[in-house]
Amino acid sequence: MATQAQHSTTRRDFLFVATGAVGAVGAAAVVWPLINQLNPDASTLALASIEFDLSAIEEGQSVTITWRGLPVFVRHRTPAEIEEAKAVPLSDLKDPQTDEERTKEGHEQWLIMVANCTHLGCVPTGESGDFDGWFCPCHGSHYDTAGRIRQGPAPKNLVVPPYEFISDTLVQIG
Amino acid sequence: MSEHSTYVPGSAAEKWLDERLPVARFAKEHLMDFPTPKNLNYWWTFGAILVMCLGVQIVTGIILAMHYTPNVAMAFDSVEHIRRNVNGGRIIQATHAVGASMFFAALYIHIFRGMFYGSYKAPREILWILGVIIFILTMATAFMGYVLPWGQMSFWGATVITNIFSAIPIVGESVLQLLRGGFAVGNPTLNRFFSLHYLLPFVIAAVVALHIWALHVPGNNNPTGVDVKSSRDTLPFHPYYTMKDLYGMVLFMIPFAWFIFFAPDILGHPDNYIQANSQVTPAHIVPEWYLLPFYTILRAIDFNVLFINSQLGGVIAMGLSMVALLVVPWLDTGRVRSGLFRPMFKWFYLLFVINFIGLTYLGAQPAEGIYTLLAKVCTAYYFIHFFVVLPVLSRIEKPLPLPTSISESVLGKAHA
Repeated sequence: MATQAQHSTTRRDFLFVATGAVGAVGAAAVVWPLINQLNPDASTLALASIEFDLSAIEEGQSVTITWRGLPVFVRHRTPAEIEEAKAVPLSDLKDPQTDEERTKEGHEQWLIMVANCTHLGCVPTGESGDFDGWFCPCHGSHYDTAGRIRQGPAPKNLVVPPYEFISDTLVQIG
Repeated sequence: MSEHSTYVPGSAAEKWLDERLPVARFAKEHLMDFPTPKNLNYWWTFGAILVMCLGVQIVTGIILAMHYTPNVAMAFDSVEHIRRNVNGGRIIQATHAVGASMFFAALYIHIFRGMFYGSYKAPREILWILGVIIFILTMATAFMGYVLPWGQMSFWGATVITNIFSAIPIVGESVLQLLRGGFAVGNPTLNRFFSLHYLLPFVIAAVVALHIWALHVPGNNNPTGVDVKSSRDTLPFHPYYTMKDLYGMVLFMIPFAWFIFFAPDILGHPDNYIQANSQVTPAHIVPEWYLLPFYTILRAIDFNVLFINSQLGGVIAMGLSMVALLVVPWLDTGRVRSGLFRPMFKWFYLLFVINFIGLTYLGAQPAEGIYTLLAKVCTAYYFIHFFVVLPVLSRIEKPLPLPTSISESVLGKAHA
């Protein structure tokens, strides 16, 4: 024992730590699938992309569709609403984004956004609030005609999902 | 107090058992002869009432699980099935739903009793912390249980509360999908909430066992806050406190039964009798009354603080409101436990209770106009009480003279 005390580390210490490390990696490898099963499953992921036909939506009309189980607003904006959104200086915005960044070029009349308030996920009501856009009744967030947060507890603009125009009237979301 | 043993095996069989598994000894020492201060008032019966509440929830819950279907297509109808078709289901379902509210009513009284009489002070810090853990677990269990009927409030409550986790920087969105099992609250969410709602009460029961263990090391606090000094200060738990607790339970059952039989839905929300719809949010989302104070704190923070955005700020404030409870033994460092002998604390305590009721009231109001301002004021005062008032009071307050013993406080000086 006296000679052992002189060495700072022994073979046994090394084996002890090495065994522990391998054991910890093994335990983590077993635990991961037990946690990963909580993640979205294949049937949920299979619904990740949809096509939607815009032709039936009149100017000034909004519809709510479902994508990935989330409600999505598709709004056919009036020229007045587009003007109003474009006229807002970026310095007035909590989460600065231009109207162009939130729509596709040549399709400015179409505003497509996930319909969950970025605060805690409620569905805001359309054509209401102090900025003529959306108003979330849960905690009082106001969005403008481009779905940008203007007042209230929400930290971000309404989320624009990834989408592209396949033709003038057909969009693919996701 | 727990060292001395009063158990003497009465027969050869009892002696045989005692040498192998001393359960009879344990029961005699901890459930019957346990020395308990003789001046405990009715506020002290809520511990036993809470054990009863947990029992009622577990028994009725196991029965409901025999008839309930955790699937988004059938959950709502299966609860109606229980209420309309299952024999006695109307009463059993109402008992479980009302039972949650009664559980929290007793829990809040129990917590506020502990705060007034300084029951968290040394040597009972661990006992208090275990109690706060039980409180948090009970809130989680109640929240998940409220989701199971799959009404509009169930769905949107689940959406709002799980969204709290999206406030976590960087990994928030991934954590949110992990919790929900999808991009939105849906069938996987309902299934896992059902599984956890069944599990957690047993976890709570285990922590309750630790809570009682931690109680039986120093023994009960009492209304004077003075330590037990001799056997003249105590009475055996049985029959004195078993009977007092039973009587408390009977009184508690009166409003409980009134709600079950005459107004089973009065504590719920009418929107929850509309089946969940992911496309439409109710005009006004309100959690159950017992979560309102903390919901007010969550949404009171509607402004950015430096680099912390308003959403994360609200979540931090709500978390901090729990942390304040956990660390209160080290914030209120005055030696005198009972509020009865603290002339200044008494009034601040009253103010804290009124403020807490205010937080509850504001949680049920829409987030607009004067209410948002009041919510900020009440939230601020909640924290001021813990982090300013309590530490300052314990330095400047001059307590009243304490009785020399529990016995003296009960019988007067002449008999002590």
